[in-house]
Amino acid sequence: MDETVAEYIRRTVLKIPRDEIKMMLQKWGFLSEAQLQTLNFHQIKDNISQEVVQLCEENSADIKQAAALDIIYNHFYQNKRMWSVYQMKKSGEELEYFDIRDFKKKFKGRLRSALKNVTITFKEYEDNAIWIRVAWGTPYKKPNQYKPSYVVYHSQTPYVFISASVLKSNLPLLCQALIVASNYHDIREMELRSHSLNSLKDIVFKRYSQNFQTDTPEPLQGRNVEPENADIRIVQENRSEKERIHSLNEEVFGSGPQPKLEFAQYKLETMFKSDPKMDVLDKKEPFRCLVKFSSPHLLESLKSLAPAGMADAPLSPLLTCIPHKARNYFKIREKKGLHPESFVSP
Amino acid sequence: HLATSLPLPSERDHLRPRIDLVVFMIDIKSKYSLKNVETSLPHVDASFFLGKVCFLVTGVGRMNACSIEMNAVCKLGEAYCSPVLFCELELEGVRAATAQRLVRMLQICAGHIRGVSALSFVSLMRNSD
Repeated sequence: MDETVAEYIRRTVLKIPRDEIKMMLQKWGFLSEAQLQTLNFHQIKDNISQEVVQLCEENSADIKQAAALDIIYNHFYQNKRMWSVYQMKKSGEELEYFDIRDFKKKFKGRLRSALKNVTITFKEYEDNAIWIRVAWGTPYKKPNQYKPSYVVYHSQTPYVFISASVLKSNLPLLCQALIVASNYHDIREMELRSHSLNSLKDIVFKRYSQNFQTDTPEPLQGRNVEPENADIRIVQENRSEKERIHSLNEEVFGSGPQPKLEFAQYKLETMFKSDPKMDVLDKKEPFRCLVKFSSPHLLESLKSLAPAGMADAPLSPLLTCIPHKARNYFKIREKKGLHPESFVSP
Repeated sequence: HLATSLPLPSERDHLRPRIDLVVFMIDIKSKYSLKNVETSLPHVDASFFLGKVCFLVTGVGRMNACSIEMNAVCKLGEAYCSPVLFCELELEGVRAATAQRLVRMLQICAGHIRGVSALSFVSLMRNSD
């Protein structure tokens, strides 16, 4: 077995928390159940990984199997990576039958014709997701297995989720290979990024609970806003206001859990509006400013702002439009015309 | 009765009992809470400030997250002749002790303690500061 492959497998196993190693190796399926029985999972990880490498040696593992283990690790810990969303466009309206083998062949062919040294690995999952791992080399160097890119493609949709490696120069080539393989003619990056792959899918596939306009906008009578407030000696003076905020919030955010995003970024290219008497800026040019909201769970925190009394309801549409517009990176420019209000670029 | 700001909503006027003590809560982490208290104060009838108002500053266990000027709070207490209490709601012991203090004050303000009026009590508190 190649030394580099052995080292790569050893390092991949070391990344896995000790309690999960057995489960991952089973998912991998490269080592037999009998071989797994011989492993002692209660020793230190260094030793476990050495033993795994030895077993792989017995089975003559090559880079293909090592890459498969890496995909399994990254699929399980997908939220450690940052994912961007790309949307592909078809030229016509043809509904073509998706053939996975055709897709793989075209993808590999396109990449390999441009770059000889690449490692390409595919894995299909039950939810129609095709995971692709690409390790990049150069015409003179073997692929760097430690900085691969990952692509998740749901074949029935025009969306691709990419966790690019730090070697960003390969991104155009990757995008090209994707559209060639999937019979689309164009691909563009959406302004939507997050660590939570499932939440990104929820947003673009519209799987989160959305509010729908109903005929009766008034809240139902007698609805208990705070059921956990069991102490009847406490009287809430502002109950009707609290209920108003609650129903406004429900309208905007829906009642289900929100997709998990970590930031929203607003790049302002607007004019600085100050008291004309203060005359802060000599020249009338756009005031460049970047506003970034970060949170472990941005949309849930936005949803709880008004009920917590930290913001007025309704919240600014710039914040609440995030899931509907499927973006969390915005550019705000001056609206040209009679009313100089801010304008969100498409 | 809990309210987020003053004045109180008029639709509940008929459901309200006599008010014996008004406690204004200020969260040191929120500039907004101090501002809210400052704008609510003018809505209180002057007679309340004879011992039936107090300020409760919460969150003092996390002074590193302090967003308000402590000076401003103390000046507020002086300006309105009302005591300022400090507590940390996240600590159960302090929370319980503060609640007991407030209940004691409430008993005095409601006239349940013989020989001590709200006014005499508040001047006692001010002299000891």
